[in-house]
Amino acid sequence: MNNSIVQLRNVVKRFDDVLAVEKMDLDIEEGTLVTLLGPSGCGKTTILRMIAGLEDCSEGDIYIKGKRVNDVPVHKRNLGMIFQDYALFPHKTIYDNVAFGLKYRDVSKAEIKKRVTRALETVRLPGVEFRKPAQLSGGQQQRIALARAIVIEPDVLLMDEPLSALDENLREEMRQEVDNLQSELGITTIFVTHDQREALSMSDNIIVMKDGLKQQEGGPEEVYDAPVNHFVADFLGHCNFYACRILGRENGLLKVEVADGKTLYSEHDEGWDVGKELELLVRAQKIEVVARGDTIPDTEVNIFDGIVKSRMYMGGEAWYFVELQDGTVVHAISISREFPFRDKDAVTLHIPPRHCRLIPKET
Amino acid sequence: MTQEKSWKPWALLSPALTAVFFFLVVPTLFVIVYSFWLRAPTGQDIPAFQFSNYAKFFADMFYPGLLIRTIRVALEAVALSLIMGYIPAYFFSQTKSKHKNMLIILILLPFWVSFIIRAMSWINILGDTGLINYVLLKLHIIANPISMLYNEGSVLMGLVQFLLPFMILNIYVSLEGIDKNLVPAAKSLGCTEWQAFKEVTLPLSLPGVSAGSLLVFVLAAGTYLPPMILGGPQNAMMANMVFKRVIGTLDWPFGSAISVILLVLIGLIVYAYNRYLGISQIFKSLS
Ligand SMILES: Nc1ncnc2c1ncn2[C@@H]1O[C@H](COP(=O)(O)OP(=O)(O)O)[C@@H](O)[C@H]1O
Ligand SMILES: [Mg+2]
Repeated sequence: MNNSIVQLRNVVKRFDDVLAVEKMDLDIEEGTLVTLLGPSGCGKTTILRMIAGLEDCSEGDIYIKGKRVNDVPVHKRNLGMIFQDYALFPHKTIYDNVAFGLKYRDVSKAEIKKRVTRALETVRLPGVEFRKPAQLSGGQQQRIALARAIVIEPDVLLMDEPLSALDENLREEMRQEVDNLQSELGITTIFVTHDQREALSMSDNIIVMKDGLKQQEGGPEEVYDAPVNHFVADFLGHCNFYACRILGRENGLLKVEVADGKTLYSEHDEGWDVGKELELLVRAQKIEVVARGDTIPDTEVNIFDGIVKSRMYMGGEAWYFVELQDGTVVHAISISREFPFRDKDAVTLHIPPRHCRLIPKET
Repeated sequence: MTQEKSWKPWALLSPALTAVFFFLVVPTLFVIVYSFWLRAPTGQDIPAFQFSNYAKFFADMFYPGLLIRTIRVALEAVALSLIMGYIPAYFFSQTKSKHKNMLIILILLPFWVSFIIRAMSWINILGDTGLINYVLLKLHIIANPISMLYNEGSVLMGLVQFLLPFMILNIYVSLEGIDKNLVPAAKSLGCTEWQAFKEVTLPLSLPGVSAGSLLVFVLAAGTYLPPMILGGPQNAMMANMVFKRVIGTLDWPFGSAISVILLVLIGLIVYAYNRYLGISQIFKSLS
């Protein structure tokens, strides 16, 4: 067997007539942080709960450390769980919360004290032992939940949207903290989120899901730059989509025709037949916007003139909606420090062939 | 503007406050005043301010004994409805059944039938000529009817059937308020189902348990119908004595004094509860 610590084989979950998870296969390598990413209701929580043992599988098998655990109860699986709303025990002190798992693990009182203190230091909250959860802020409570989970040295850490209840700034900070902690401790982590930025920034591997089905699995760059279908592309960021048809190949580039007869060149070529209908996608961030007349070095293809129809100032970046001569509107995001273009400015767009991706046509 | 704001709530509350004042505060005040009056041998009530009615209550152990019995029976009713109420409340909080709300309405169903009818119906079941004795006699399992009514047991049964819904609803509300992820969290940390219940569910449901207990205690301590219908003379409670004095012998001053003593006692208990646990828990369960 490989060094997967968690494996799902053909796992299916049905709730009465709802198919929550459909034929899920998963291999999670020891020490990695894997994210289940998808919109609400796509079955992420259900998968996590099945791994934890809080929910039975309708079909299929789950293995942890090579051992089939379908019939192993939750309390014997040695997993750490983190919930969106922290799930700290409100009637217990922070000390008793963190010590909770050790109490059920034949650890001596002195050892418990040592380990709790160390766990609180790890999450950078020493000295709060005798407070109650309600006396801490949301971010602090989630760190206590983290301490409570890692103190038992679980085989796998399961986190269900742990940052969603925090506000924007704190979320950013906690995201880094979870990421650092995870790599420091080397603890295998399965992280559930519907936030693509969270997933992209911290994962070793991302599993994109929709309606209980795995859509794509891969590293952050892979799922972002080479999405396998419309859903994955759209879910991970701002995209322009165009229905297109393959015309042929020129100078080592694939030549495609989009609606209205425009032709584009793409580096992405999987040997499709001429005439094949596909969908072309270009991420808004990958499109260069320059003033009309300025030259774009090293290229003569995929250049289009247009007029800025509207723009949005987003702080670190600028969004442009550029109308081409044939009426097509292209969404481009530029991260230049200046904010040079205004409405009705004449601009030229360059769509680099290596950022043109082709995906199956939506049916 | 702040002027306007400060009187507005009172204006809106005034119909309710007026009703409370005339139907609750004034009669209670009357009772308190009456308890100091003198009852002439002729049967007249003479306005006075003296303590003979209270002295009479504490003259021997008869009336204090009654008070102690009342409290004991009320506590027994609390204990019984606690045991009988926790399980259904727990069930309601856990069930994923679509009929959950229906089931909760069923708990309230008995309130739609007059208590007297419900209590009387027990006579047809448990009485000497009631259903159970009839069947047992016909089957020759017993030779003479078993006397099941008119003892403390039957009074308690009447009390519990009347008070159980209050207990169930209070406990249910507090169980419903527990974060649904706490038990999974406890289990993931190594608890069995039962350990998780002891560590998490039970302690967090205690506010509902104590609110329900207080409500049941107060209602049981002031009740007079169950002991009257289902109990014998030896099972009388404080409220029955009030009834007997006021309606039976028309001794309003003494009846009032008994009422006031009961009122003060229950008031003290409620005060202590509020002091240590907070009365707001009850309102939480009613809202
Ligand atoms: N206990 C349950 N009973 C019935 N349906 C459920 C239950 N839990 C989840 N579901 C359904 O399963 C699907 C997946 O839910 P979930 O795993 O919670 O999604 P996510 O966490 O991705 O938002 C949803 O359609 C949800 O309604
Ligand atoms: Mg979820």
